[in-house]
Amino acid sequence: MPVVTMTVNGKSVSGEVEGRTLLVNFIRDQLNLTGTHVGCDTSQCGACVVHIDGKAVKSCATLALQADGADVTTIEGLAAGGDLHPVQRAFKEHHGLQCGFCTPGMIMTAVDMIRRKPELDEKTVREELEGNLCRCTGYHNIVKAILAASEEMRA
Amino acid sequence: MSEWGIGKPVRRREDDRFIRGRGQYTDDINRPNQTHAVFVRSPHAHALIRSIDLEEANAAPGVLAILTGKDVAEDGLAGLICGWTVHSKDGSEMKAGGHPILAAEKVRYVGDHVVLVLAETKAQALAAADLVLVDYEPLPAVSLKNSTEPGSAQVHDEAPGNLCFEWELGDKAATEDAFSKAARTVSIDLANNRLVPNAMEPRAAIGDYDAGRDEYTLWTTSQNPHVARLVLSAFVGVAPEHKLRVIAPDVGGGFGSKIFIYPEETACAWASKKIGRPIKWTADRSEAFLADAHGRDHLSHAELALDEDGKFLGLKVKTKANLGAYLSTFSAAVPTYLYGTLLSGQYDIPAIYVEVDGVYTTTSPVDAYRGAGRPEATYIVERIVETAARETGFDPAEMRRMNFVKTFPHQTPVIMNYDIGDFEASLDKALEVADYAGFPDRKEEAAKRGKLRGIGFSTYIEACGIAPSAAVGSLGAGVGLWESAEVQVAPTGKIEVFTGSHSHGQGHETTFAQLVSERTGLPLEDIEIIHGDTGRVQFGMGTYGSRSGAVGMSAIFKAIDKVEAKARKIAAQLMEAAEDDVVLENGAFTVKGTDKSLSWPEVTLAAYTGHGFDTAEIEPGLKESAFYDPLNFTFPAGCHICEVEIDPETGVTEIVNFTAIDDFGTIINPMIVEGQVHGGLVQGIGQALYEHGIYDEESGQLMTGSFMDYCMPRADNFPGFKLGFTPTVCPSNPMGMKGCGEAGAIGSPPAVINAITDALGIKDIPMPATPARVWAAIQNSATPKAA
Repeated sequence: MPVVTMTVNGKSVSGEVEGRTLLVNFIRDQLNLTGTHVGCDTSQCGACVVHIDGKAVKSCATLALQADGADVTTIEGLAAGGDLHPVQRAFKEHHGLQCGFCTPGMIMTAVDMIRRKPELDEKTVREELEGNLCRCTGYHNIVKAILAASEEMRA
Repeated sequence: MSEWGIGKPVRRREDDRFIRGRGQYTDDINRPNQTHAVFVRSPHAHALIRSIDLEEANAAPGVLAILTGKDVAEDGLAGLICGWTVHSKDGSEMKAGGHPILAAEKVRYVGDHVVLVLAETKAQALAAADLVLVDYEPLPAVSLKNSTEPGSAQVHDEAPGNLCFEWELGDKAATEDAFSKAARTVSIDLANNRLVPNAMEPRAAIGDYDAGRDEYTLWTTSQNPHVARLVLSAFVGVAPEHKLRVIAPDVGGGFGSKIFIYPEETACAWASKKIGRPIKWTADRSEAFLADAHGRDHLSHAELALDEDGKFLGLKVKTKANLGAYLSTFSAAVPTYLYGTLLSGQYDIPAIYVEVDGVYTTTSPVDAYRGAGRPEATYIVERIVETAARETGFDPAEMRRMNFVKTFPHQTPVIMNYDIGDFEASLDKALEVADYAGFPDRKEEAAKRGKLRGIGFSTYIEACGIAPSAAVGSLGAGVGLWESAEVQVAPTGKIEVFTGSHSHGQGHETTFAQLVSERTGLPLEDIEIIHGDTGRVQFGMGTYGSRSGAVGMSAIFKAIDKVEAKARKIAAQLMEAAEDDVVLENGAFTVKGTDKSLSWPEVTLAAYTGHGFDTAEIEPGLKESAFYDPLNFTFPAGCHICEVEIDPETGVTEIVNFTAIDDFGTIINPMIVEGQVHGGLVQGIGQALYEHGIYDEESGQLMTGSFMDYCMPRADNFPGFKLGFTPTVCPSNPMGMKGCGEAGAIGSPPAVINAITDALGIKDIPMPATPARVWAAIQNSATPKAA
């Protein structure tokens, strides 16, 4: 079986995978980083979003082999040195999560969104969340949290 | 009041693990030596099983065992049960067909469970499952529409004509009499569309049999692990109750769908003994669509009788409710006692009569989904009241106001006794927040932009705090619906609360701790809330029906009463004071009128040393338990106002304003309560505009079996919501709570449809009001297109 090597949350990791192994399965099953979730089988829900070389990617629609040599960040790696990322803080402050299942993907998407969009408004945030489903929050407080984090990070 | 006490928007304690990716959901757990399960499911809606050939599959790499319904029968397991028995109008018991763990003779819906494949890896189990050959003899599919037609195929032999029950509630003669005296009547035919719950975490289970101790542990995505244990032991016979531990760890949303006991977790627990290894099963989303219990799916005809002044005289409703292929855990209760009893709405209606035919079809079982019966009732009442206002020329708000129940308690003709409420207060506040007076101007302005603008109301009531055990017992419930709590104080004063409620997004670890903090003066970090484990919690009926505040917290409240009473006794002896003079305030026991004081930990430590008080009179230790049985249902109520703009060229409906003013009684944490409303609104608006579980009439195939086909509400479908509260304090529980979990999903669908029909000037449009349906309605109606 082929071996992949990548940096995950700052640590070099490698492992044998099948050609068909998805990145999300490599992360969850082989690295035991279970913060990245699987909520669907059609790449719609976004619970599996991680960063590959700084960009938000659905790890259920990425082969582990495609991430060979890449720098991967999962939700577990977002709080650098233990301090919460401003987006994580904002999700808590604004009650942007309930059951928590979509939350890792939401947060990883939001971090990338704020990086890409210098000026975020409510409409843009809502449109940008097209690929992330949440069944609990009605999105209201997720949108508030992302706008607040965006403002804080620009300040 | 402590800074963490009742009424404070305390930030959630559980968030810390979720935002760091440290939650522990069932699929995140792995047991040593674990194996993987895959179910071979029926590809047919309805078929006889002629034979099952396992030869090739058994030889596939990694396969450990392949089990069928024959193995289930050989081990003497019974089928799954429905925990609520309803009776037909002729007095006969509902006609329940068997609900097998693995179908042996016949399959009854696409996704029905036939074969369990166990292998070393999930990939191997999937590959072997593909090699299982089941020879089916297809039978005709049975839909909600054709189920009761003569000559329809029979889903269960026990239920001729596919009729499980013909239920009625109310006074038929009095209602007919009201209609005979009516100045006018209004009628409407309504469909309540089928919904797929779609909690974001798919269901999962790990069964793990310990041969050394002859004990089973089942990790499962459950809203009520004790109920799961009871059903699996007492009814299915997997293991004796004391030999089965059920753990529901972090659970990623439920909305009802994780109340029920399903074949998958049953099979994982049972088979783990057969193969002597732990078995994990995790649904993929496609399986969730096929085999989670769905919600709603009613066809109804309703008639309202009015006098010449617009006062309601009577309501008649006839409903055909889809139960699916098997009776799920609470399915018989949902279209009956959770539905018919709410048909009085917020109104004083002297006579009501409702008939419900519960029918079997070849579709996934239908059971409670957020609101469970109450959204269906509210949809009937609020659509027909709006229609009545339009047909009689009354303002919809004023017609409602005129007919509101205004004095309490109020006995409705359909069992419920409304204890308290102020329906005008929520209506008035909603009218103000939504700026109803300014609507004509906004409509005119929208017309200039070529948009059709409409406004719709819904003044809903629901019944929560489920429920007084004797009351539900008399109506057919097989269980009591109290809740239990244990409050265990450690020698150091730290508190562990073991609750029978289960949190899967509701934030109990925060709100329940707020109550304990309020009562004891302790900071939140000294309080731990433990739930979801039959090995730690004494018992629990679980979380559904917006009951965890009104019932679950009331049990904690009662247990704290006992802890406080005992601690005060101990403190009184320690301080040589009269018990009545000792008060607990701000985390200390003080003797009134003196400077004598002992801190909480000083008293709790003494409770465990047994020093300084008479242990012959007061037992050492400080741990108390309570089982709280509610005195009445609670009645959350409110007013939703929806404003839409429709693009006549595309039929796209945009929600431009949504106001929800609710009366939930006492609110422990307003931030969390608002979050519950937001989520409920999106599920309710989702029902009205987007979501629809569709089975093909002829083949019985689920046409909306993925997120590609089933339209889940997304962030850009909504504006921000305007919320407000007009609380009246519930008299039937110690904190005055009513419940807030389902209101959003109950109140909102009729508000949306009333707004759309207002914009289009039509009587009805079926849910979901998709752009295609709205566009067709515009083409078919006489409404002039906006310029």
